[in-house]
Amino acid sequence: MTSYVTQFGSLDSYEKGGIEIINDDPKHFVFSNIFEVANGARPYEKVAVAKNTKYVVEAVRTEGTSGWRTCAHDEFVTVLDGEVKVELVKLDTPAVPADKEGSVAVAGEPTGQAMGHLILRRGHQGLLPANSAYRFVAERPGVLIQQTIQGDDTIERWAEICLS
Amino acid sequence: MTITDVQSTAPNAQGYRAFTLGGFHFRRDEFFVHISWPTGKHVASIDAFLRALQRDVAWDFFYGTVNFDQVFGTVNHYGTVDMFAGRFNDAYRRAELDHTENFETPIIRETFKAILADWTNAAFDPFASPAETAKPFGNKDGDNIAAVTRRRISASRMVGVPSDEQIRTDESGFPVNRMFADVSQDEPEVHANPGFEGDVAAFNLFAYLSRSDVTWNPSVVSVCKDSLYCPTTEEYILPIVHGNDRVEWFLQLSDEIIWDVQDRDTGAPRAKVTMKAGDVAAMPADIRHQGYSPKRSMLLVWENGDPGLPERISKGLENVYPVEF
Repeated sequence: MTSYVTQFGSLDSYEKGGIEIINDDPKHFVFSNIFEVANGARPYEKVAVAKNTKYVVEAVRTEGTSGWRTCAHDEFVTVLDGEVKVELVKLDTPAVPADKEGSVAVAGEPTGQAMGHLILRRGHQGLLPANSAYRFVAERPGVLIQQTIQGDDTIERWAEICLS
Repeated sequence: MTITDVQSTAPNAQGYRAFTLGGFHFRRDEFFVHISWPTGKHVASIDAFLRALQRDVAWDFFYGTVNFDQVFGTVNHYGTVDMFAGRFNDAYRRAELDHTENFETPIIRETFKAILADWTNAAFDPFASPAETAKPFGNKDGDNIAAVTRRRISASRMVGVPSDEQIRTDESGFPVNRMFADVSQDEPEVHANPGFEGDVAAFNLFAYLSRSDVTWNPSVVSVCKDSLYCPTTEEYILPIVHGNDRVEWFLQLSDEIIWDVQDRDTGAPRAKVTMKAGDVAAMPADIRHQGYSPKRSMLLVWENGDPGLPERISKGLENVYPVEF
């Protein structure tokens, strides 16, 4: 029986594909690699790697302890490399208006009840519930992607990260 | 709408019913589907046809155009559906042989479901990899209703959240696929304080995908307003050529897929996109695409479910390309 090997990527080991243009512009495909983006990012920068109108998927390099963030709507993180602890606090008072989209930084320590925490490793997806404060703790560098809406701290550097 | 509204004949010599919807007529024999319409006719392998039909039915006509091949397919108008022959084929258009009819969604849905149910034999699963199912050919030999009527999984918040779609396990009938035997099955640590069990949640997406029993079938695992994560496992060839009515994104989670990208309306080749683990690429709103996955792979299809998008794009209010740089 054939033994199959599933190829995942990591910060240290990834192979990037590419585009063979026949009659198009490579920019139209907005092609990047999450691990390459994370390798070039500072810890916890939220670099958009996919965007569809106001919605984004952000690549995040996890390393050390992040600042606290909050969001008026649910967000989701999926770990692609490494291990990250997600700490969650239910804010006594939402820090952002209900119609504010995307995550925003929480100044100082959040005020509210500890909700618990998640330990996520490669392939694990976690919920960042609306109006909670959350932060990430990673002992070693890793990568996650965040499903969210473009917000104040979304970074766009398409010309730097995409094939052209 | 019930199956009694579907127009069909008695079984033919091979045991299969023929079906009529509007000006389109469908019949099958041991090897082929034969489709005819007022200006022409078409023949295709029953294997390819049933695989495409299964996706069109399961996705309720999906986003935009589902090309079964270079001739036949459907366009979803979200309430009605166009069924066409030659509409997105430059030669048919130039020869004015193309033909399109519009149907209320329930009638075409029920007709397609009836064809799929009648023409799928007991040992064939059109959702499965060709390496994991029997062939669809030959005279009628039973049916496989359970396979062709699988419930489409669609989380309302996230898989694994209490009261939402749950993870896959051996016990729930989802063993790890042969090509993902090396994928870790460890679950995340979820430490919820009392009262927060519904909000402190996580699951192993890769393990979940490793246990999928179907191929090329995106299903929703998490929802951020209209932002839908629709991961899927891919093996062999995408049985349809998907024509976009909005931008769609692919995030390759494992292994490799090669995409042929063509002009949506003419089918003229535009690019070949090779995606490996960690690669991200947009499929613009003016293309059609078909993927090839040499080994079973994990693909995160990311959709924007905003119902107003197709109209805004068609009016030029949204760009067909997601980012300018």
